[in-house]
Amino acid sequence: MSAGHGGEFRTRRGPAVPWLIAMVMLPVSAAGGADRMAELQALLRNDCGACHGITLQGGLGPALTPAALAGRSEEALRVVIRDGRPGTAMPPWQGQVSAADIDALVRILLTGGGNEIPVLAGD
Amino acid sequence: MKSRYWLATSVALIAALVPGMAWCAEPRGTGDLGIIIERAAGRAVLVETTTRTALGRFEGLGDLSHASAVFSRDGRFAFVFGRDGGLSKLDLLTGTVAARILQAGNSIGGAISQDGRLVAVSNYEPGGVRVFDSNSLAPVADIPAAWGVDGKRSRVVGLVDAPGQRFVFSLFDAGEIWIADLNNEISPAIRRVPDIGREPYDALITPDARYYVAGLFGEDGLALLDLWAPDQGVRRVLADYGRGEERLPVYKMPHLEGWAAAGDYLFVPGVGHHYVLAVDRRTWQEVARIPVHGQPVFAMARPDGRQVWVNFALPDSGVVQVIDVATLQVVQQLGPGRAVLHMEFTPRGEEVWISARDDNRVVVYDTGNFKPMAELSVEQPSGIFFSARANRMGM
Repeated sequence: MSAGHGGEFRTRRGPAVPWLIAMVMLPVSAAGGADRMAELQALLRNDCGACHGITLQGGLGPALTPAALAGRSEEALRVVIRDGRPGTAMPPWQGQVSAADIDALVRILLTGGGNEIPVLAGD
Repeated sequence: MKSRYWLATSVALIAALVPGMAWCAEPRGTGDLGIIIERAAGRAVLVETTTRTALGRFEGLGDLSHASAVFSRDGRFAFVFGRDGGLSKLDLLTGTVAARILQAGNSIGGAISQDGRLVAVSNYEPGGVRVFDSNSLAPVADIPAAWGVDGKRSRVVGLVDAPGQRFVFSLFDAGEIWIADLNNEISPAIRRVPDIGREPYDALITPDARYYVAGLFGEDGLALLDLWAPDQGVRRVLADYGRGEERLPVYKMPHLEGWAAAGDYLFVPGVGHHYVLAVDRRTWQEVARIPVHGQPVFAMARPDGRQVWVNFALPDSGVVQVIDVATLQVVQQLGPGRAVLHMEFTPRGEEVWISARDDNRVVVYDTGNFKPMAELSVEQPSGIFFSARANRMGM
């Protein structure tokens, strides 16, 4: 992604640096929607799935199917993903995923995208 | 001359008429065979370490997202324990699934008895251990892990076989170790060892099958049980090893295997830390704290005990490091691929096979010079298990 014209890397608006910093700070989900969704699907089945099962039917951690999560609020789920459950094996994920990512994960979990997570050959 | 001609012809005819058999006309051994789990596809790949090749695939093994395996006494069969409670008996010689049952809702691992006649599975749901006949997979015994005043069932981890036809395992929710004596199969005798520490997450048994060592998640330290003197209860080892340091978020539970023992030491992961602890196996004191690249998941010794290979949890899961046991230093760092899930040494340790899930490959390294020797195309590979485990206690 080029921030301006060649050479000195400046834009008409002024020095390139703040512009460049602003671009880097954009949430990844805004920059690469479909790719990021695929990454989050993989995160769900592989990394969340390490404890919750690849089909999210539970393991060391509880099941995360829509039926298992019925009645749970989006906000409650966001907090658990972001902050973990101290004193249990559920870690905080805020260092690994953005707030936008967590929103997307919560929506996938509540609407059942977890069960439809495709197994893609050569994924 | 004539009889040899007819023998060769009839064998060739049989081989031609029975498609799909991985079996050659020539009789072969299983000592250089193994399986690699394809965790998303529910398959296991049959591999041969001598040629570093895949010979075929076993299909339809259910949810293998956390799968482990043990081998029959004769080295012919692999028993695969699947996450969904599936127990599959794979015939390495014919390349077929010899038997398969669904024995629980959620399982984590298994073991085979000292005499090879019984296979045990450790279950999360319902919490406990179930025992099956290794020939037929017919049920033999059911050991519910009921504990506490209300008899709730605990999830079971760290199941191993032990001499005396016993199985030893840990109760994650109860903080207990149980020893089950299967000499009377109808009614196994259970010895409970309570108060071993909070949340044992896995366990190993030393290669001589004397010490059962459970790693604790709910606190720092290990719970050590001397199977020569179980009446003495557990001894706490490395208690509070992380005292004064902040524990990092643990994204993947470390795993303990018998191959954590190398020479005079036991190498165990520091849970929530970027180090591997070396523990003296005679004194059970910490000898060294070896800084490593990330949070260790597996620390596995080469069969001769000269090296320990370590893989890591996310976000560092593309790296493998090698510790030289003579100096207790990291001497090599490798990048086999993204999401290294497991490693397995050839029986005498000249090579190690490493799975990289997100690159759909298994890389074989020479452990002497660290050169990659081969790459196999395997779909989302996880566990790698070689038949040499058939002859090791606790494997």
